[in-house]
Amino acid sequence: MTQVDTDLLVSVLRRAAERGATAADGFLVEDTSFSASVRLGQVDTVTHSREQRLSLRVFAGRASAAASTSDLSRASLERVVDEATALARVTAEDPHAGLPDPAALIEHVPDLELEDRQAPELTPEDKIEAARRAEAAALAVDPRITNSEGAEYFDRRARYAYATSHGFARGYTTSSFGITVSPVASQNGEMQRDSWYTTARRRRALEDAEAVGRTAAARALRRLGARKVKTAEVPIIFDPDTAASLIRSIAGAASGPSLYRRASFLLDRLGTRVASAAVTVVDDGLIEAALGSRPFDGEGLPTRRTALVRDGVLESYLLDTYSARKLGRASTHHASRDGAGVSVGTTNLMLLPGAETPESLIRSVRSGLYVTELIGFGVNGVTGDYSRGAVGLWIDNGELAYPVEEVTVAGNLLEMFDRIDGIGNDLVLRDRTAAPTLKIARMVVAGD
Amino acid sequence: MSELDRRRPESFFHDRYNVTPALMEQLLGDSLARRVDDADIYLEYRVNEELVLEENVVKKASRHVSQGAGVRAQSGPRTGYAHTDDISIQNLTEAARQARAIADRAGQSGTLAVGGRGRPHDLYTLTEAPIVTELARKVDLLRRVDAACRAADARVKQVIVSLASEEVVMLIATASGFAVGDVRPLTRLNVTAIAEDGARREMGAFGGGGRVPFDFYLEGERWQRFASEAARQAALKLSAVDAPAGAMTVVLGPGWPGILLHEAIGHGLEGDFNRKGVSAFSGRIGQKVASELVTVVDDGTMANRRGSLNVDDEGTPTGRTVLIENGILRGYLQDRLNARLMGMAPTGNGRRESFAHPPLPRMTNTFMLAGQDDPEDILRSVDRGLYAVSFGGGQVDITSGKFVFSASEAYLIENGRVTRPVKGATLIGNGPDALTRVSRVGRDLALDEGVGTCGKDGQSVPVGVGLPTIRLDGMTVGGTAV
Repeated sequence: MTQVDTDLLVSVLRRAAERGATAADGFLVEDTSFSASVRLGQVDTVTHSREQRLSLRVFAGRASAAASTSDLSRASLERVVDEATALARVTAEDPHAGLPDPAALIEHVPDLELEDRQAPELTPEDKIEAARRAEAAALAVDPRITNSEGAEYFDRRARYAYATSHGFARGYTTSSFGITVSPVASQNGEMQRDSWYTTARRRRALEDAEAVGRTAAARALRRLGARKVKTAEVPIIFDPDTAASLIRSIAGAASGPSLYRRASFLLDRLGTRVASAAVTVVDDGLIEAALGSRPFDGEGLPTRRTALVRDGVLESYLLDTYSARKLGRASTHHASRDGAGVSVGTTNLMLLPGAETPESLIRSVRSGLYVTELIGFGVNGVTGDYSRGAVGLWIDNGELAYPVEEVTVAGNLLEMFDRIDGIGNDLVLRDRTAAPTLKIARMVVAGD
Repeated sequence: MSELDRRRPESFFHDRYNVTPALMEQLLGDSLARRVDDADIYLEYRVNEELVLEENVVKKASRHVSQGAGVRAQSGPRTGYAHTDDISIQNLTEAARQARAIADRAGQSGTLAVGGRGRPHDLYTLTEAPIVTELARKVDLLRRVDAACRAADARVKQVIVSLASEEVVMLIATASGFAVGDVRPLTRLNVTAIAEDGARREMGAFGGGGRVPFDFYLEGERWQRFASEAARQAALKLSAVDAPAGAMTVVLGPGWPGILLHEAIGHGLEGDFNRKGVSAFSGRIGQKVASELVTVVDDGTMANRRGSLNVDDEGTPTGRTVLIENGILRGYLQDRLNARLMGMAPTGNGRRESFAHPPLPRMTNTFMLAGQDDPEDILRSVDRGLYAVSFGGGQVDITSGKFVFSASEAYLIENGRVTRPVKGATLIGNGPDALTRVSRVGRDLALDEGVGTCGKDGQSVPVGVGLPTIRLDGMTVGGTAV
């Protein structure tokens, strides 16, 4: 693992102590990224960027405050430390505030293969060419692919460092790469856009650019001729991408801050059944070269594999140190660091696969909806009430019959998870959250 | 920042980073100007402060400083963009080189875009910027809001109050030899209440703000209203019944339900989508896209509004753009790039989240003009339907035109009367025909309280919306009661 320079962080923490902080920790992120987008074969936008951000949390006894800056000059850092210590004075004493137990901090940082050290750096021309090939492949699929919102190639290299006033300082480096294509299909005055993407820690692990383009085109084409359907309560099959969004909602409700605020539909449900017995959801931050992996969390605690739901029973919450103390539990090492301080975040979140092929799940439905895209924000994290716009394909006698749009699917997440009566064998961890195809016995589709 | 600094962006960047408009123009001239169609350098310095009160104590206090420069070069439809968060002459020169690299690969039209000239507005000069108001006054307000919210309804068990304050100092110099700066205050107070009744729990949220001083919250006890509204919404939902599912008449209340316009038509009229021909509204200027009762404008020039700007992020003064006039599609929202490529004038809608993002055509404050009807009459005209007065977020698929927005406070209308509250439900429609369904427009135009944030291509910007009470015939409501 590349050595990450933690000296700057350590000096900032030292100054915080001089200004009266009783404890402090800091997180430093530095990243360099590049993106190139191409539209209809022509370069559209090329972006180079370099960013850095130091976030600091200081404690004055049991009171705390956070500050951050992208200006790492000495004068600015001193100002940040002073402002954070001043802010800590207006916050209240909180018996649960504080750093994690130093003994629990990670000792040896494992190499999770999060940085690509093999593939040579591409030239900007090669990167543009990758986007161009992906888009060209999409445009070549069918004459009905008439337009494009473009294709994009991006890469990013980042360094993370974490340090505490107890003398802990560790870091790690990552890289990520990706290609996205968004073609537009049209027919008889109707236009439909869809997209597909690939993303990975290592460039050579990306899906082939042309294959991404062809998949994107096929997705746009299958939406042509979409119609509304009649309002009805029917079985719903979520494709892997839309199913993944459902487990993100479960993770949100299981996160410490939602629980101690009593703003979660999973409140007081630990150890009880919250889903069909076939459902197991894990968060595993230690998978080599995976996008959600990290050696330690935003408070320096070693990453783990956590079973959130096992055989339908809620087995663990997702906690950082503060929310854990607040709930009288131990951190599950899910602290995540953002500009505003410490929150809770997942790593690689997955619903484990079942035995059925997606085709057999579809065949099991006489009349229902296969959902391929969800839009809108109609998920209530307090009650689990769910109502979102959906796009997909109508299932008629076990076959995908015709495309559907301008409908909503609605229910309640707890009921939906209880009614899961089919889980596909098609789990692929292609992003930070993944799920196989999921069948829910019934939900309300609203249309005409 | 001293008082002097905040009023004069030019001297601010000179004092702090030794970068002057003259130097920026020289950089644009040397590196960029003769080889591209348009180029600019954008400098930004931003301070954010957030205070969060939970369980009646300040739980979170944070302050963030970010600064940086973005350099852009454009040739035909191509954009080269480079940004750095270390503002120095050396880094600006390097960023200009990177931005130019893309333009070098392209042919040039040889003419430099001229845009952005015109006097900036003066929409939010404040006696005291919210970022500098003392913390003790802010904390005191948060405590009073918390107490008022709990007092409003005994079923309120949790209250979260947050106060965000921000100030952005920006300076932009363009290749046409023109530099303009702006200092933008922004603040927002949010109240979230969790009410419980037995095993049932619900959340209500209310807030507001704008480019206003801290005292805005004290005027007419505005904070008190925010607190009691959040409590009322949470308590009301405890008795909500399942929302209906299917097509029905929908009445939208005034103010924030204007998010309908933002999703159904606003995004679809942004210049980039129309230049590329990927919007459901592409090529439809002059066509009827709404009932003749409907006139919609986007206005970035309203004093102290959250969506307003003296100049956009490309230096163009904001304006008032008529999008739909008596049902006829009239105009698009433009930044410089798309205006140039479409042979239209920039409308002052080029906006960016920060120096780290290239500008895009974006909305400012988008609203429908008032009509003639009495809002009570509009409700009385409905036999069975949904009355929605508050919404969460919305989203649109620009290309198919399908949009959604989620009601957070809604009621059944039965025989012309507003009856039971219903659970949140998503409303779905098709942009190009949704406004043709408008059959009544109230005389009660209201703008939202100042809470909106719009996301596009991963960039968030503050926006405003507004609406009078309107009736829509045959909207699809995504409830669970079949």
